[in-house]
Amino acid sequence: MTAVNEISTKTTGGNGKDGQQEPLLSIRDLRVWFELRRFGFGHAGYVRAVDGVSFDLAYGETIAIVGESGCGKSSLMKTILGINRPTKGEVVFENRRLNDLGGRAMQWYRTQVGYVQQDPYGALPPFMNVRRILQEPLIIAGVKNEKERLRRVYKVLEEVKMTPVEEFLPKFPHMLSGGQQQRVVIARAMIMEPKLLVADEPVSMLDASVRVEILRLLRGLQASHNLAVIYITHDLSTVRYFSERIMVMYAGQLVEKGKVNDLLGSPQHPYTRALIEATSDPDAANATTFRDVPPGEPPSLVNPPTGCRFHPRCPHIIKDLCDREVPPDFEVAPQHFTACWLYR
Amino acid sequence: MPDNILLRVEKLLLHFRTGKGIVQAVDGVDFTLNYNEAVVIIGESGCGKTSMARAILRLLPRNVHAHTGKVILTGTDVMPMTEEEFRQKIRWARIAMVPQAAMNALNPVLRVGDQVAEPMMFHQGASKATALQRARQMFQLVGVPEDFITRYAFELSGGMRQRVALAMALVTTPDLIILDEPTSALDVLTQANIMNQLKRIKQSMGMSFILITHDIATSSELADRVAVMYAGQIVEVGDALRFFREPLHPYSYKLMASVPRLRETKNPEFITGQPPSLINPPTGCRFAARCHRRFERCAEEPPTFEIAGRLVKCWLYA
Repeated sequence: MTAVNEISTKTTGGNGKDGQQEPLLSIRDLRVWFELRRFGFGHAGYVRAVDGVSFDLAYGETIAIVGESGCGKSSLMKTILGINRPTKGEVVFENRRLNDLGGRAMQWYRTQVGYVQQDPYGALPPFMNVRRILQEPLIIAGVKNEKERLRRVYKVLEEVKMTPVEEFLPKFPHMLSGGQQQRVVIARAMIMEPKLLVADEPVSMLDASVRVEILRLLRGLQASHNLAVIYITHDLSTVRYFSERIMVMYAGQLVEKGKVNDLLGSPQHPYTRALIEATSDPDAANATTFRDVPPGEPPSLVNPPTGCRFHPRCPHIIKDLCDREVPPDFEVAPQHFTACWLYR
Repeated sequence: MPDNILLRVEKLLLHFRTGKGIVQAVDGVDFTLNYNEAVVIIGESGCGKTSMARAILRLLPRNVHAHTGKVILTGTDVMPMTEEEFRQKIRWARIAMVPQAAMNALNPVLRVGDQVAEPMMFHQGASKATALQRARQMFQLVGVPEDFITRYAFELSGGMRQRVALAMALVTTPDLIILDEPTSALDVLTQANIMNQLKRIKQSMGMSFILITHDIATSSELADRVAVMYAGQIVEVGDALRFFREPLHPYSYKLMASVPRLRETKNPEFITGQPPSLINPPTGCRFAARCHRRFERCAEEPPTFEIAGRLVKCWLYA
């Protein structure tokens, strides 16, 4: 599937953090639609994977995008990485519109954003050793001097705390533990010294005991390199330890955004509340109570519900409003926005 | 007290033959399970929790080197049974399982209703009509619309397919269901809904459950008792109430401390190092190399100590 490519130049005002300083990344009314075809031709509708998303990301800021599978968070991420083209709206990175970048400029852009994949084993080529895996981006970027390349490989491996470096260089991915594989993936994302790191569920495939270690490592790198990080996850409980702001995504749209403590402390959107209610902390009392979560499943993105997309599952639905009109963002507290008619 | 015991596992051992040597996947596991009780087995990947479930249900690969011990189900040791006898009398009739990633294991060319009815026809000799009728009831119980029985697996979402797999385990009304990571690939809301459903089923049907998971927070949704597994052995067993408040074994303590919590601001910790290889596990305590409280005695293998009804395999409690 290729994204529908219809470039629009219009910029709509978003509710992002309107800054004193220029943001690193600015997304305005982004839409990423995929065309569905019947038998290979003949139009059969669109999958509206991302449908009107706006936010800003400052230099060195960490932001978490929380949502369930199929909510469009991966499509959003791939658009930020330059893999999908925006259908509408724009992605601006350091004042350059991603829509217009091509060839050389795109290659430059790809050195500026690093990507940490979800499944480290699947993300590492099994026939390359660590030395080769980490040199690959440098070779592509045209660093011809092997000494220089190795110097950078050593430096990045030390940063992800894979020491002694000599011991790990000749190893192949299958010889490493899950945590070590994820460190190699992070090292590969960091080797071009990007300004932005996109981490897609970086710890969901790892064991509980190493998850925290990897999150702390990312946090450390973020601080020492003044790195902006987009942390994509479905697990609300890890967000607090990692990011400053959270955005909650449902069915292709952002339903709530705010500072971590504001949003987790006083969630406003019924969907955010349901997510928090559904997240357990280890406590024996859980076994004796039932969780009050809405039934049903997220809607199809081919024919999303009219009005608010959460309305068919929402316990607080306002008849003739929620099912008809799309809610705008309401500012419930400073820097805390929610797209819900309850706050009109 | 003994009348209440449904399952007693004694010195269960399962070793595999591999190119590199003998893997001691399950190495002397003991535990008991009461009627209408849920025991959760928690541990990291590779600690042998799935192998243990498979050893109980005899769903074994070909490279088994040793499979010994006792599996006593309501007073009868089922280990000496022949495969045929075990298949007819125990598997699915008394003990059923929802394997890991069950939702992706449904047959794509069979209607899901037929698949759910099948165990009843195979293990209990029911007619197709009776079995389908029963399948309908099970669909209702697990929260799948009844008319879905004529659908195919690809027409259902992940959560619905997982519920179908659960219906397949429930259909023969076994005494015990082993759930291997039943919600790990699902979304948070779906996961909470399925855990709610499991609690309801446990209350209404009086079944026992063994829940195998690495997700400690979710495990607490069903747990009456908790068993912690490390490197092929059970290192701690205790009732959930006391376990979640105060784990005894240093590994359990560290594992609990590594769980990020939504409602507390305490920073989680992590455990340095890696579990030992199960090909040549250390002779003493298997956790000693990573333990923050080890002392000389840990070079010897600790026995299991009982402290106020809780079992812990650690020299600290000698």
